[in-house]
Amino acid sequence: MSSKFLHIFGFAAAIVAIQIFTQLTDSSFHLTQLTMTAYYSLLVIGLCMLIGYAGQISLGHAGFFAIGGYISAFLTTHDLAVLKGKPFVASLTNLGILVMRKDTYGAELLTFNPWPACILSVCTVLIIAYVIGGPVLRLKGHYLAMATLGFGIIIYRIVLGTSSLGSADGISGVPGFSILPGVMIGGSGSGKILNYYVAWGILIAGMTCLLNLISSRVGRALSAIHGAEDAAEAMGIPTAHYKLRVFVLSAGFAAVAGVLLTHYNGSIGPSEASVMKSVRYVAIVAIGGMTSLWGAISMSLILNYFSLRGSFGTYDDAVFGVILILIMLFAPDGLIRRQVLGDLKAFFKRSAGKGVAL
Amino acid sequence: MELFLQYIVAGVTYGTIYAIVAIGFNIIYNTTGIINFAQGEFVMLGGMTAFTLKEYMPLPLAIVSAVVITMIIGALIEMVFIRWLHKPSVLRMIIITIGLSILIRETALHIWGEGVTALPYFTGTSVTSVNLGGVFISPQVFWAVGISSIMVLLLGIFFNFTLLGKQMRACSANREAARLCGISTQNMVTFSFMLSAAIGALGGCIVSPITYVQYDSGSQLAIKGFTVAILGGLGNSTAAVAAAMILGILESFSIWALPAAYKDVVSIAIMLIILFVKPSGLFGNAAAARLKEY
Repeated sequence: MSSKFLHIFGFAAAIVAIQIFTQLTDSSFHLTQLTMTAYYSLLVIGLCMLIGYAGQISLGHAGFFAIGGYISAFLTTHDLAVLKGKPFVASLTNLGILVMRKDTYGAELLTFNPWPACILSVCTVLIIAYVIGGPVLRLKGHYLAMATLGFGIIIYRIVLGTSSLGSADGISGVPGFSILPGVMIGGSGSGKILNYYVAWGILIAGMTCLLNLISSRVGRALSAIHGAEDAAEAMGIPTAHYKLRVFVLSAGFAAVAGVLLTHYNGSIGPSEASVMKSVRYVAIVAIGGMTSLWGAISMSLILNYFSLRGSFGTYDDAVFGVILILIMLFAPDGLIRRQVLGDLKAFFKRSAGKGVAL
Repeated sequence: MELFLQYIVAGVTYGTIYAIVAIGFNIIYNTTGIINFAQGEFVMLGGMTAFTLKEYMPLPLAIVSAVVITMIIGALIEMVFIRWLHKPSVLRMIIITIGLSILIRETALHIWGEGVTALPYFTGTSVTSVNLGGVFISPQVFWAVGISSIMVLLLGIFFNFTLLGKQMRACSANREAARLCGISTQNMVTFSFMLSAAIGALGGCIVSPITYVQYDSGSQLAIKGFTVAILGGLGNSTAAVAAAMILGILESFSIWALPAAYKDVVSIAIMLIILFVKPSGLFGNAAAARLKEY
């Protein structure tokens, strides 16, 4: 129990250390990518929950991310000023759900407040995940992979082909999201350092929730399902129910990540919904060791950061492809796992034992 | 009426290529139980290689060479990445073949760039057409349909009347028993990869003049091919051809009702509905499908 909080505390300390390091070396421009990394990691830990703990692959999580981001972006940029006279719109304005704001050119816009937009988009994603999750999770193996892949492609095609969602350009000019008075995600002129801490703070909060979930009754039921679904069913665990709940939960994490990253960047484009993004998230979870949230989060930090910095150049997608193949061929349990330490210890013990015998 | 027939012809043309991809899926699935997510990449490789080779040799020779080269690539992929895995889990195989498809695609991007390529029409040009009762059909459509029909016929003969074909079928029916009869199941798997790579590559060559091929054409074709394969019932190639025609025609009519940008949405929605409602396929036997492992 205490080791769990020790891990979280250590992780938080590392985040602070990174920030202080960038401050001291005067390289705080790294914080932008690190902040984006935190939001992508939020999706990755949700997906890790689904793949590693519930044992269900999803090749469509970029779809949930994009739905969340796009709905929020659309609501907070779509100008409703022409409808101002309508009583319904007026009452929404009085409730504070719609706000008047000025865009970058100084024109007056009547748009959704980011808070209701965020709640609306996350709720939409949860409903979509719940509705499609029922039939999708009855599938197994190849069929499950193809169905989730198909879902992802449908979302990609829709955002790419719909002109009110900006088609290939996506939506830009998304306003900042002030989650608390004085704390603004994105927007112009807001603090880099503040945004960095907000993003990683949200990630750590999400991580804490998932870690608690894993060590609860739900977590034990999930690991039983992953081990042997039929056996779990026979023990009286409602497997379909648990799988669906984790699916919806991970879609929710993806949606929150999508909304927050969209507000942080001020824009979203169709590439966020592409299949390659979904595959990339699966790759990160796989490298992290599938059943390790800490593995997933640390790999996400490293790979997303280097990818966002452009370190892989034009080989960006190829790097993830190669990683996927190598990991699945040689270390299907992932790179980061507790056994590695154990394996090493056992290895040294054996060689030490031999030394004595000789 | 003419317009109606014109749409049918367009549907059949697209159906042909879907059928070819689906047959490629089925061949590998039958011998290994693996869905090869990189199947669409074989089609792309065939089209692209033939396009490069035709600079140096006559078109028929370029196509044959492209098919052979893709076949060798298929064999190499199986030997390097799949042969030595001992009873890999389905999840592992899915991820490996997805990784392979990314790798092939990215390699193609670095070799050929982002440009769109098309082989010349086998006979005539892009504007020649045959008037058949008021419907204008490009001669390439005849080539595509003709070559695919011959291919399906030859495959039927191969699987039913040759020793190698029978060995491959034995391997798909019962791997253990096939091995006990002295069939090298490992070689059969390599061979199935070669065969489906070759079929995919040939498909890529014959549709290249009509639909164009570029480095990322593969993944779209793969998902259509998979849709068709499960629509017909996974593993059943004859049914896949029928399903391919249905999907091709449905897609071509969907342009009437929906913007062309949503064409893919229609076919993938069909795939999802089939998966949810009748995963054994339109022509498949639900009871038999339940016994298979996916």
